[in-house]
This record gives sequence, structure tokens and C-alpha cells, in this order.
Amino acid sequence: MRELKILAVVVFFTLITYIGVEPFAHSQMHKHIEPVDYKYSDLKPLNKKGDPKKGAETFMNAGCVGCHGVKSQGIAAPMDAKSASASFGVVPPDLSNAGAVFDEKFLANLIKNPAHALMLEHKFNDKRPFPMTPFMGLGGDLDQEVADIVAYLKSIAPKKLDDKDVFIDACGRCHDVKYDGWKRPSDTAALKKYMGKNPPDLSIIIRAKSKEHLINFIGEPQRVLPGTSMPRVGVTKEKAEQIVSYFEKVGDRKKEKRESVTLKIILYFVIFSIFAYLWKASKWRDLH
Amino acid sequence: MAHFSKANSIGEWLDQRLATKKLWKVLAAEYWVPKNINFLWAMGVVLMTMFTILVISGIFLLMYYKPDVHLAFDSVNYTIMQEAYYGWLWRHMHAVAASVVFLVIYIHMFTGIYYGSYKQGREMIWISGMLLFVTFSAEAFSGYMLPWGQMSYWAAQVITNLFGGIPFIGPDLVIWIRGNFYVADSTLTRFFMLHVFLLPLVIMAIIGLHFYSLRIPHVNNQDGEDIDFDYEAEKYKNGQKRESKVIPFWPVFISKDLFVVGVFMIFYFYLVGFHYEFAMDPINFEPANPMKTPPHIYPEWYFLWSYEVLRGFFFDIGPFKAMSIGLTAFGIANVIFFFLPWLDRSPVVAPAHKRGAFKYWFWILLIDMIVLTIYGKLPPTGANAWIGFFASITFLALLLVVLPIITKKEAKSVGGAA
Repeated sequence: MRELKILAVVVFFTLITYIGVEPFAHSQMHKHIEPVDYKYSDLKPLNKKGDPKKGAETFMNAGCVGCHGVKSQGIAAPMDAKSASASFGVVPPDLSNAGAVFDEKFLANLIKNPAHALMLEHKFNDKRPFPMTPFMGLGGDLDQEVADIVAYLKSIAPKKLDDKDVFIDACGRCHDVKYDGWKRPSDTAALKKYMGKNPPDLSIIIRAKSKEHLINFIGEPQRVLPGTSMPRVGVTKEKAEQIVSYFEKVGDRKKEKRESVTLKIILYFVIFSIFAYLWKASKWRDLH
Repeated sequence: MAHFSKANSIGEWLDQRLATKKLWKVLAAEYWVPKNINFLWAMGVVLMTMFTILVISGIFLLMYYKPDVHLAFDSVNYTIMQEAYYGWLWRHMHAVAASVVFLVIYIHMFTGIYYGSYKQGREMIWISGMLLFVTFSAEAFSGYMLPWGQMSYWAAQVITNLFGGIPFIGPDLVIWIRGNFYVADSTLTRFFMLHVFLLPLVIMAIIGLHFYSLRIPHVNNQDGEDIDFDYEAEKYKNGQKRESKVIPFWPVFISKDLFVVGVFMIFYFYLVGFHYEFAMDPINFEPANPMKTPPHIYPEWYFLWSYEVLRGFFFDIGPFKAMSIGLTAFGIANVIFFFLPWLDRSPVVAPAHKRGAFKYWFWILLIDMIVLTIYGKLPPTGANAWIGFFASITFLALLLVVLPIITKKEAKSVGGAA
């Protein structure tokens, strides 16, 4: 009985200390962030219904392929990675999967005003224009044309993408994941100049940042880190979760093994403790 | 030369040459420990177990770790964590044990304080234990630098900088410690040497001293009773086990310790597999970047109380700069416990609950150190800074002023000389 009382005292003070230096201290150090809902409610809704067939035509006529490749449709990128990053800072994305990875409302707004949709207006303005030019329309109803392009991109996008593909499309032009052998196509020096700093390697970002933090940061970087040069990439919530699941796979790839092995070790020590207790009881029986 | 007769077994053969039977008696089978103890007396064996885990896991990590600023981070986070067979297990065990070992050290220390096990002949046990605390701290600090993550780098930057506050030699001393003007590859390599060679060697030597220091005054017991160990041991050997106040280390004492170790291992491996963030700070999974200061720099939890004593004095007092006062207080905090046997002026060896004012002193000290620990991590702004200030003053006052006064009074009341 006395031993249990002492144990309770030890556990009590240990817990107080733990709560103080871990959950409590961290709640004081990091301000609370409203979770990002991925509804893009700051952007204008897409109120026209797009036609993918017309969209294909508009897409070609609008000159998108002057910078973007669409590999799945046999359209190669007009420039190789090195010259593309020298011209733009970052290699422009191939649009084969864009309709699946990015939110349609986001895409429509991006086409009309990239710096605004990307939340980079603190970096890009009239004096320093964003490398992608806003689409001004082909003479018809601008909103209809944009809706058509978005419908076209959605129509050519694959139904299913694996986690790594989503990562490559959304993040992989700027970020390396060297533990998974992913090397970004953009040239480091050009990228550094364009972004202001070298975007970090994301191999073990899952051990450095919590899942919630990553989901919020991908959804709206400015909310988490005001002033950052990382754009809002505009993925859907489901795709953001796929990106984080990719980070878990590469950054914490021993998780399953860790959990199953430590469970077995714990089981071993449970059995060990039972035998140790029996041995102790046998040795102490004739002492009192 | 001694005469050797033919041995009938390996055991006998060894005994003839090494006196193994006698050695075993002296070390274990007839090494006497009081019977009147509780599980807190098992912390020594728990610590020995943790130290063994640290050494063994450290040896495995050493096979893949690379002490070079360009290679260290990836050697830990890729080669060890993802490539080497069970590398992740050794690393998690090593990191968690390094943190948990301090929890046990603190429990061990506070047990000693509570039961008065640091005086009346037990001073060397206490001092050698404090030496272990200091060398374990150095070992933990040097080890924390090795993964070369953000916190490795910035904690090293801040802590090595502290030596700059020492009068006259400070600035030169900092450069001498770092081997460069800033924390650099030279710093990593020398801390690697300290961590894997010099400090473990010193720790093992002091563990030997610590064990040896128990031999003559013997282990204390739950009531601080003065036991005649020779007399009680004779009783035990004569079969009066029930009447004897002592038990042999082997197998009686160790049988209880092993049970405590077993239970502790369940807790420890739960932390290793499922709850390790407290010991493996997420920030340290970002590679060291001298150009990017993290928004919050803090030491590991076990250094927070003394770190808060350093930060607690945040304003200049008269001609003294805040930094100098803080550093002085920090210096005092780090050595003050060495002097505990002499700050306590009373000859009474008894558990705190039987010692009047000392009882309150003990719990206030414990709570004050927990307050210091928690506020050592919080941002030192507004009210936090003042709480830190008062907790630091309280800490120094408790040890330097209050303890001598209340124990002097206690000494008078029992009529003994201090």
C-alpha cells in the first residue's frame, strides 16, 4: 500500500512536469491557427458550366502550350528544364494531371489572375509581374472561356493518382525528396533567386511538422507563415491528404515496424515482470 | 608460488586462481542492504540498466554515424533511421533513454534528499552521485549535437556562448571549446569524441566510485535507522531471516529490483515506440541551418530548471548586468547540490515527514524546481519573466538561506552539534 502511495506521488509530479513542458509549453509557443477548409471561399466562384470540347480549342488558342506541356495529350514542354527555369525561375508545370490535383475554382481564378490565386501579391505586382501571364480572353465571354479550359483539364485528367504523383505535381517542381530519390527539375540557383531562399528538402518533413500543420500549410501558407514566398498551390483537400500520406511513407517508413516490434518488446517485459514478481515473492516470503 | 591442486570443475579452477567465490560473496551474496526499503531503492539498478541500454544502443549507432557537418544529418536520419537493420530501434532507444535517464536521476536524487541519505558518513555517496549528474549532463549535451539538426546547432550555439560570460578568459574560452569562432565542423568532431569516448570513460569510472562509496556507510533505509550491519548480517546467516534487518544484494535485493526494472521497461518501450516526441524534438528533424534562427530555442527538459535560473534575472540591478547576475546564479545552481551535506546543519537522518520544517522545505523545493522547469520552456515575456525571476530567487534562497536556518534549529532541538 505504501509503495503504491509513493508511486502515485512520483507519477503525479512526473505528469505535471510533462504536461507543463510538452503540451502546455507548445500551446504557448505556437499560436492557434484556424484549420484551412480547402473551400477557397476568398476566390470568385466558377458560375459557368464549361464544355471540355470547346475548352480544348480555347486551351490551344490561348497559348497555354507556349509554356506548359501536356504529356498525356502528346504535347511536349516547349523548353527543357534548364532553360525553363532560367526563364521563369521555376519550371512551369505539365498540365496532364492538373484537373485532378487542383481545385476547379482555384484553377479558374489562377488562369485569370495567377498572383492573386497563389496568394503571392506581396511578392508580385505591376513592377515585378508574375511569370505566368493572366489570361485576358479570346474575345468571347471570358468566364465561359475559363470554365471551358477548366472543364477540358478535368476531362483529360486521370481518375486516380498515386500519392507520389500528386506530390510531384503539387510540390515537386520546387522541393526535393532525396530519401526517395526525387530531384526537382528546376535549377537550384535559379530557384533560389526566384523564391528568395532554397525551398527545403521534404524527406523527413513529417517528423519535423505535425500532420495538421502540414495540411494547413499546404492549404494556405500565408495563414501559417505570413510573408512566406511559398505559393498557395491550390490542391483539393483529398489531394493535400495524399501529399501528407506520401510524406509519411518516405519520412516515417518504419512506422508499422516500429509499432509492431515495440509492442512485442512490451509484451516480453510484461511476461518478464510477472516472473520477476514471482521470483521476488519467493525470495521475500520468509523475510517478514 | 602458491600451491595449486587439481581442480574438479571450471568453477573451482577459476576460484583457485581468481578467488571468484570470495569475490562473489563480497560483491553480491554477502553485500548487505537494509530490508526496510521501498521501490525507490531500486532506482540505482534502473539507472544501471538505462546506462547499459545507452552504451549498447550507442555502439550500434556508432557503426553508421558520421561526425561531419555534411554527412551527420543524413547518416542519422537516412542511413540509421531508414537503411540499417533496426537502426530506427537503436536510435529511438538511445534518444528516449537519454531523456528518461534524467527522470530516474532526479527521482534518485530527490529520494536521497527526502530520506537524508547524503550525510552522517554518506557524503561521498552524494558527491559521487552529483559528479555523475554533471557528467551525464555533459554527455547528454554533447550527444544532442550529433544529429546536427536545427536544435543541435542552436542549442550548441547558445550554450557554448554562455562560457563567454566568464570574466577575463570567457571569449577565448568559447573559441577554445568550439575550435572555431562559431559552432562548426571542428565543434561537432570534438563533441563527438567527448560523447563516445572521454565522457563515457569518466562516467564508468565514477559509477565505480559511486558503488564503492556505498561500502562503508552502507545504504540508508526508510526510517533513517542506524543499523549494525555486521550484527544483522550474522543473524541473517544464522537463519534468523525474519529478525534480521538486512538482506543480501543477491538474490533478495536484486529480485525486487528486477521486478521494478521490468515494469519500468514496459513504460520505457511504450515511450520508444509510441510517444517519443518529448525526447526527439521535431525541430531537430530539420537540418542545421546557421542562417535560420528557430523562433524558440530551448534546451532539453532536464536542463530547463537551471536554464530558467539563468534567464530569471532579466534586468540589471545596480552596477550588475542582467547577464552577469544570471550567469552567476546559473553557476551556483549547477554546483549548489554538491554542498547539500553541509548546507544541512542537522545530524538527523530521517525521512522528511519526520523532520518538521524540513518536510515543507522539501516539497517547496520540488515544486519550485518544477515551476522553473516549466517556465524554462515558456517564452520569457510578460508575467512569465517575473514568475521565472521569483522562482529563481526562491530556489537560491531555499538552498543557501532557508535550509541552513531550519536545519540549525533542528540540530539544536535534538541537542546535537551541527
